[in-house]
Amino acid sequence: MTQSRFPTQPPDPASPGPTLDPRAVEPSRPTSSSVPFARAASTNSMEDETLARAQAGDHQAFAQLYSLHKRRIYSLCLRMVGNLAEAEDLTQEAFLQLHRRIATFRGDSAFSTWLHRLTINVVLMHLRKKGLAVVSLDEAMEPAPEERAGRSFGAPDLALSGAIDRMALERAIDGLPAGYRLIFVLHDIEGYEHNEIASMLDCSIGNSKSQLHKARLKLRDALRIDPRQEARR
Amino acid sequence: MTEDPNNLSCAAFQARLPELIGSGENIAAHPHIQSCEICRALLADLMTIAEAARQLFPIVEPPDRLWEQIESAIRNEDGGSVQP
Repeated sequence: MTQSRFPTQPPDPASPGPTLDPRAVEPSRPTSSSVPFARAASTNSMEDETLARAQAGDHQAFAQLYSLHKRRIYSLCLRMVGNLAEAEDLTQEAFLQLHRRIATFRGDSAFSTWLHRLTINVVLMHLRKKGLAVVSLDEAMEPAPEERAGRSFGAPDLALSGAIDRMALERAIDGLPAGYRLIFVLHDIEGYEHNEIASMLDCSIGNSKSQLHKARLKLRDALRIDPRQEARR
Repeated sequence: MTEDPNNLSCAAFQARLPELIGSGENIAAHPHIQSCEICRALLADLMTIAEAARQLFPIVEPPDRLWEQIESAIRNEDGGSVQP
């Protein structure tokens, strides 16, 4: 039987048959720290087989990998850049990079972790090309006087409600300056440690901590003035 | 000269906050936090934001056309050798 090696649509992961449900194989936070390398082998056997076939050049298998990981990768790109069109482009670039390099994956880490890291590198390269100065700018990252953490002292009525509205937080994150958003997403959402972020962004660990702190302060300010949050009070 | 943690101003404490938070130590036990309502509230807010962010990971479906674009790009890279 002749089978198309390259389907026009990737297989639906929700359909019966050998395709895996991505929810069953994709960790919610596949980071190097939160997802151990020895991820449950039993749940991965089918993905491993698909991966091996994709590494051997089977495009049907590559399409299956796309179906398994597309949501996670697209969501990661979207969160990092906050723009739908860019997220699409970056997801495409990430999977193209994956296609070029999949044969080099040796299984030293979980595939999802490797792909996650590959995607972050794609996004970082993109941001660097755009001129986003998130690297090696310790001095430039010194806060402007009005941004100093100390601006908070003396401010009354500081407490947020205690339960932050998810949509309000998403809006606030989207509104962060790109550099702040990047570090906030990497640390607080993706779960990377400061030393890992420093390595990725080629900045100091102290810089990463400082940027994260400032990002959280900005989010706090944004959440306090979010009109929809205010209306609820 | 080292600062006395029992006599830190809010400004001095907040300047050290990124490092304190990043260090993972129990900041709630810090003498300044014990005695300063403003900085205690600030810290609570920041922790609330961080915790909320950890729960925040909407999984978004990419548009269907994306696969077609990827497929097309791969085909171009492979010099059209891939069977449709």
